[in-house]
Amino acid sequence: MELFKRTNIDFLYIRWPAIWLSSLINLIGIGSFIFLGFNFGLDFTGGTVVEVGYAQTANLVQVCSALADGGFKEAGVQHFGSTREVLIRLPPVAAGTGSTLGDRVIAALSTSPEVGEVKLRRVEFVGSQVGGELIEQGGLAILYTLIGILIYVAVRFEWRFAVGAVIATVHDVIVVLAVFSIFQIEFDLTALAAVLAIIGYSLNDTVVIYDRIRENFRRVRKGTVIEVVDLSINETLSRTIITHGVTMLAVLALYFLGGQVIHGFALAFLVGIVTGTYSSIYVASSSVVLLGITRADLLPALKGGPGVDARP
Amino acid sequence: MNQYPLWKNLLILGIVLTGLVLALPNLFSQDPSIEVSAARGGHVTAVTAVEIRAALEGAQVPIKRIDPLAGGKLLLRFAISGDQLHAQEVIENTLSDRYRSALTLSADLPRWVRALGLRPMNLGLDLRGGIYVLIDVDMDVALDQALERHVEDIRTQLRDAKVRYVTVAREKGRVVVKFADVESRDAGEKIIAKEFRDLKMQVLEQEGEFLVTVAQTPAQQKQIQDFALQQNIITLRNRVNALGVAEPIIARQGDRRIVVQLPGAQDPGRLKEILGATATLEYRLVDTEHSAADAEAGRAAVGSRLYKTRDGKPVLLKRRVIATGDQITDASSGFDSQSGTPMVSVSLDAPGGRRMREMTTENVGRPMAVVFIENRTTTKQVDGKSVKRTEKVEEVISVATIREPFGRRFQTTGLDSAEEAHNLALLLRSGALAAPIRIVEERTVGPSLGQDNIDKGVRSVLVGFFLVCVFMGIYYRVFGLIANLALLANVVLLVAILAAIQATLTLPGIAGILLTVGMAVDANVLIYERIREELRNGNSVQAAIYTGYDKAMATIIDSNVTTMIAAVVLFSFGTGPVKGFAITLFFGILTSMFTAVIGSRAIVNLMYGHRRLTSLPI
Repeated sequence: MELFKRTNIDFLYIRWPAIWLSSLINLIGIGSFIFLGFNFGLDFTGGTVVEVGYAQTANLVQVCSALADGGFKEAGVQHFGSTREVLIRLPPVAAGTGSTLGDRVIAALSTSPEVGEVKLRRVEFVGSQVGGELIEQGGLAILYTLIGILIYVAVRFEWRFAVGAVIATVHDVIVVLAVFSIFQIEFDLTALAAVLAIIGYSLNDTVVIYDRIRENFRRVRKGTVIEVVDLSINETLSRTIITHGVTMLAVLALYFLGGQVIHGFALAFLVGIVTGTYSSIYVASSSVVLLGITRADLLPALKGGPGVDARP
Repeated sequence: MNQYPLWKNLLILGIVLTGLVLALPNLFSQDPSIEVSAARGGHVTAVTAVEIRAALEGAQVPIKRIDPLAGGKLLLRFAISGDQLHAQEVIENTLSDRYRSALTLSADLPRWVRALGLRPMNLGLDLRGGIYVLIDVDMDVALDQALERHVEDIRTQLRDAKVRYVTVAREKGRVVVKFADVESRDAGEKIIAKEFRDLKMQVLEQEGEFLVTVAQTPAQQKQIQDFALQQNIITLRNRVNALGVAEPIIARQGDRRIVVQLPGAQDPGRLKEILGATATLEYRLVDTEHSAADAEAGRAAVGSRLYKTRDGKPVLLKRRVIATGDQITDASSGFDSQSGTPMVSVSLDAPGGRRMREMTTENVGRPMAVVFIENRTTTKQVDGKSVKRTEKVEEVISVATIREPFGRRFQTTGLDSAEEAHNLALLLRSGALAAPIRIVEERTVGPSLGQDNIDKGVRSVLVGFFLVCVFMGIYYRVFGLIANLALLANVVLLVAILAAIQATLTLPGIAGILLTVGMAVDANVLIYERIREELRNGNSVQAAIYTGYDKAMATIIDSNVTTMIAAVVLFSFGTGPVKGFAITLFFGILTSMFTAVIGSRAIVNLMYGHRRLTSLPI
């Protein structure tokens, strides 16, 4: 079977509208970071989360009143995964005292017989100081990854490619974060891990197209820069769509079957795959063209390059 | 013609077979289990198993099997973790005087697998349940305590040298000594400079006051902090053993934190009681006139009491206390300048030193012991009610002979190893110098959630893998099936590596395995699309296979290195579950490159490499 035989699409024909669209989306994203902020999970805000399980469907109103009787008036209560599991959130408290909260919640719930027999599934307490450090470290981790990639692509290709790759990657990170911000989806540590993995993944795609652009600049002697870039995107189009389609299948399985804990992770990845594919074509490749790449920029690397042909 | 030499084919086969063997233990179920060992001085015998079986039957706890373990232990296997926890309660309530129990998770491996020394992957706390605690050690207090000791010392030194001073006090991270005039300041400065050579000293004159300030150097602060951390780790390790968890992990994290992981444990309240225990020390004389054996038999001498050392040996000590832990101002380990053997040097405060001089003058040649005392509060379930009990744990941690009379400063020599000296010094300091600790992060995962996570993780991997395989088979036909074989080999090799290096598998780690499948597909897709392209361009079949693999190779490496960079950053930044994800991602990229580029090539070569073909089933 072959879905995409020989395509000949003028991808870069609409590069300016695409750039405006990307810029708009990114501006909306950044605006959302500023005005809506993030619904940070426990990992980042600090606080206490208690997950309990019941033998039958739990009545949230009863759980709430049982908690209020036990002195937890500000507790947030919601179903988690199924109607038999309940997630109880408690606001951050002064460090040192927080670690006993989970035990007290269980005590409050088990002394109220009307809610049914309660079973502890997990207790998580994070001091607000630790949470703050995590946000800082997470930001730094994203930064370090970008720097590492910038250096690698600059060494293997050329500085314009590196800049294009980083712009595309930053674009993807902003889009993924924007989805979390706009829809106020809880952003936890595993979601952050997904964002970092997306940086690598989205770049993977960009590098495949770059590789082909470099090859075609050396191989195809006629045609404008835009024509060569378009040709390269067309040649790799089949691979791009098949690979992302297949990865999407795997991530969809995670999203629907992996359970609540992995939801944020899978969602971040789903968004990342879509935006990563788009950005490799319209952000990474357009940037290289706009930065003024010419055939001559890549030719010397043919002989003195870091051994592409020497590889086994 | 596309052919690998024989050695290359055999090598690939060898790697995949090794992977299969290493990955094998992961196929067997992991049973919630209890390790039973004899309490101090006792033995696990053939009767033990019978006894335990009877006790569990009496409490109606179903047990799967009892296996003997090396080192005179028994392993009780249970079908579900509820039974396991219930059983531990039963054993603690009825047999705790003779046996100790510890929760663990044990794969039910056939004997031959065990004989090969194979082990399954470690399961993270999110998959097997357990308690994770991050403890913060208050370093400001540790540093202040060290300064406070200097305040004491400087006062004594100046007094002994008859230098007049106005005040000696701790002020904003340094010790400030005030003098009334220049002469006494200069005299004081000389003494301080001589006695505290390694401290940062400054001489000041302000508002008619003559000052000498003394502060710790950054190197000293680092040393004090390291000491405070290590000391806490050692005491925590000793205490956590009482919790009945087979593989507790207590490790340093960063400059001021300690991670405690208790796989399988379910009661964070008990852990907190243990963390909250207070410790003190006592120096006592050993009673050499009476025998410890008599005292053990119940004929204790008047004025003496029976203690035990850490390995359970009885020691008879006099009731009178010579010095207590709060009188110890410093303890550090090092090597004896004369004999070169490990030693611990101890400093006492003035009252402690006076008393020590009196006692040692009278008792030269007699042994003296250090008793380590911990007060623990434990809550136990008795008849459905929780009962709080304060327990005093006393242990003799050192016995040494008094060679000559000594006072404030003395040394304990003749220790077996530098490590023993180091640990003794840490314990001695803990009496007065324990830096306060507090819990800054705590995660408890119940066993039911852990099992849920495993089930969901495994199910999503299986479904995801199946979908990918079906798609590849349809889209690339025979080559798709070859890719599927490579994908399978990829998962096997990845699991094998994770099991071999005993990496910890977490739920995000499972997600990482599935992602790796996606990435491995990418490599195959790149190659196959390239081969199709070459065929379209009119190249011969063999040339298309050759160029397809060859050209895709550089692209595959380039594109995977970027993901590799992300994985390395993730590993160095992340904790727990995220680290698990980073590890699977890292090794997954390596195995996927191997299986997609070399593994699938070998199959293609074997199937098509030696034939003249006009078309390929791709």
